[in-house]
Amino acid sequence: MIAPPAVWWRPLGRYERSWLTIALVWCLFLTAMMPLWFFLGRQNVPATSYRVAPAHYQKLVTDFAQKYQVGTENDLPIVAPPPGDVYLLAKAWQWYPVLKLKKGETYRLHLSSVDFQHGFSLQPINLNLMALPGYDYVIRLTPTSSGEFSLICNEYCFIGHHLMTGKLVVTD
Amino acid sequence: MATAVTAVPWLRTEEQDKTVFRTCPATGLKVDVAAERLIIANAVAAVVFLLIGGVYALLMSLTRWQAVHLLPANWFYRSLTAHGFDMLVAWIVFFEVAGLYFGGAIMLNARLVQPRLAWLAFALMLTGALMVNVIVLMGEADVAFTAYVPLKAHPTFYLGYILFAVGALLAVGLFFATWVVARAERRYTGSVPLVVYGLLTAGVLAVYTVISGAIAFIPAFFWSLGWMETYDAGFYRNLFWGFGHPAQQVNLAAMVSVWYLLAAITTGAKPLNEKFSRLAFVLYLLFINLGSVHHLLVDPGLSFAYKVTNTSYGMYLAVLGSLIHAFSIPAAFEVALRRQGYSRGLFEWLRKAPWREPGFAALALSLILFGWMGGVTGVTIGTEQLNLAVHNTLRVPGHFHATVVSGTTLAFMGLTYYVIPLIFRRELKLKSWATLQPYVFGGGMALVSIGMIASGILGAPRRHWDVTFAQAPFQVALPGTIHLTLAIFGIGALIAIVGGAMYLTVVLASVFLGKRQEASQLQLVVVPAPMVAGNGHAGEADAENHDSGPYAPRGTFIIVLVFLAFFATYYLANWWLLGRLWGVG
Ligand SMILES: [Cu+2]
Repeated sequence: MIAPPAVWWRPLGRYERSWLTIALVWCLFLTAMMPLWFFLGRQNVPATSYRVAPAHYQKLVTDFAQKYQVGTENDLPIVAPPPGDVYLLAKAWQWYPVLKLKKGETYRLHLSSVDFQHGFSLQPINLNLMALPGYDYVIRLTPTSSGEFSLICNEYCFIGHHLMTGKLVVTD
Repeated sequence: MATAVTAVPWLRTEEQDKTVFRTCPATGLKVDVAAERLIIANAVAAVVFLLIGGVYALLMSLTRWQAVHLLPANWFYRSLTAHGFDMLVAWIVFFEVAGLYFGGAIMLNARLVQPRLAWLAFALMLTGALMVNVIVLMGEADVAFTAYVPLKAHPTFYLGYILFAVGALLAVGLFFATWVVARAERRYTGSVPLVVYGLLTAGVLAVYTVISGAIAFIPAFFWSLGWMETYDAGFYRNLFWGFGHPAQQVNLAAMVSVWYLLAAITTGAKPLNEKFSRLAFVLYLLFINLGSVHHLLVDPGLSFAYKVTNTSYGMYLAVLGSLIHAFSIPAAFEVALRRQGYSRGLFEWLRKAPWREPGFAALALSLILFGWMGGVTGVTIGTEQLNLAVHNTLRVPGHFHATVVSGTTLAFMGLTYYVIPLIFRRELKLKSWATLQPYVFGGGMALVSIGMIASGILGAPRRHWDVTFAQAPFQVALPGTIHLTLAIFGIGALIAIVGGAMYLTVVLASVFLGKRQEASQLQLVVVPAPMVAGNGHAGEADAENHDSGPYAPRGTFIIVLVFLAFFATYYLANWWLLGRLWGVG
């Protein structure tokens, strides 16, 4: 069944050569886009992270929330920090605390989990990042629109996964 | 030369060989009867797991279709776990093992070495697959297919995966041994056929895949038994996807091999240029397994350079491999059809193609859906920055249902119809159903992928029981359009499941009720017209080029250019969407 010809390494035909050239150029363009956007784009994947023990991270977040708390919603503190380091904690099945940020300011948002793997998913912006236990992921975040935004979890984190929602507020 | 052969103890001369062969009247191939039984066993196991996985697919899609919302949460997540394993691992790998024995022994006129070990491999895989299914049904492993540490399942779950992997590795080893022995015993002459070359590529990728799987799951097994205190989540993700993604690349290489085979069976096509097609397989071999980082693009702990190098397979050279096949497969059957006399204009061959032949319909739809939907979305969401707007949304399963289901599964289904007369030696029943089935299944799956991708663009998360968040503390308002897109997904799933049921009905009816007979020809419905001039097997015809004249693949060239324009539009539109996001870095 379709045995190869005796000489199978003969030169490519015209159509094969043309398509190979076009395809290769397209592949090089695809390759170039990522470094180009890295230097020129405003949306890049954060690349800063630190090791952190979950218990230590829990303490960092609690201290941070107490320091800048301005209210309470659904038993969670509403926290309005100044630009700079901001902490968010993922655990089954909750995002802690409710953050209140200012439009146009840049924050260093720390993201980690104290139990399972969780998926940080900011809606309806549709910005998605992983929250892993043991890793403090540092995200330089600049809100460019204001209003109330939702946090959902989009990494399966056991049977209450769909209950894991949170809130993030951006004021003008 | 016979003396040289007998000098090596594990080789057999024709006189020494006790293997029982029969000669297939349709192909003239010598068929090792022991290999044939193993092919049947593995194919049957594959189809049974496809049936089980299909039941879960029905239940889950009727749950995600918000208007129906069938299952309770725990059973949804349980079904998710079992569906992932039964489809992505059990169905596909059993079918691939059957394919490897077919390619390694039968296509090379060779004997399968050590059939007993092959039965051991089968037993290990079956035991492993049953262990996983039972423990999931018992509710002791609600950890999803990926079992992300520190979600913990019962040790049986990990052990099931490990046994399955050991069995699969043994089967791949036997395939390689069969090839080496066939070569040494001179069972075939010259180079191996392209299909076998593709299967060898799949085999090499499979070894890497299974080893990475073992490195991920063996510590997880120890950890679940309490022998290991902790297991780092990021480390596990790297190892798991070293298994999970390359497993899909094994499917890719196997599927492309099946494409070449189906093109040959249904249109008499043969590769225009073996070098071109083989180069594409070599590119897979060298680069494609880097793609496992696709799942880790927005993870902490990895650098930009690491992510970009891996996600682009070096420099998209594995994508180049796929682009080569995207041209060379349709070009092969274009030339074959033109040589049958359909050479007017650019597209007469396409209109006159054997659309009623199940294998051709499966090939064409698999090629279109895999390339236009699976491939384009895959490269796009695997772009490092673009992944910010995609990761873990329904766009991801939207992509891989286009590749693994509309692509691989549909191609494998198409091939099954030919395996029944050739290997099971039964008449294919319900041929008109077989003709219709690829269209029903492919059409339904296209809607599934479109519905999922659109829902994901609107923000819907994957692996999620309730996107209305009815019981959650904070209300989440995803755009209302999501109910429409999820309904498209649900309706598409119902159609695809009808297509799946048609497939199972044809297969079961043929195997149990079909007349026992030897196949007299390869095709089932449409027999290709005799070729005008050449395109015969090895010989002068090959030296012909197809640069001009009535047989040149001009139509395919236009099609691939249109494809590239579509690809570029979709890709660039995604960058434009990314540019509207908040500043992040
Ligand atoms: Cu979660």
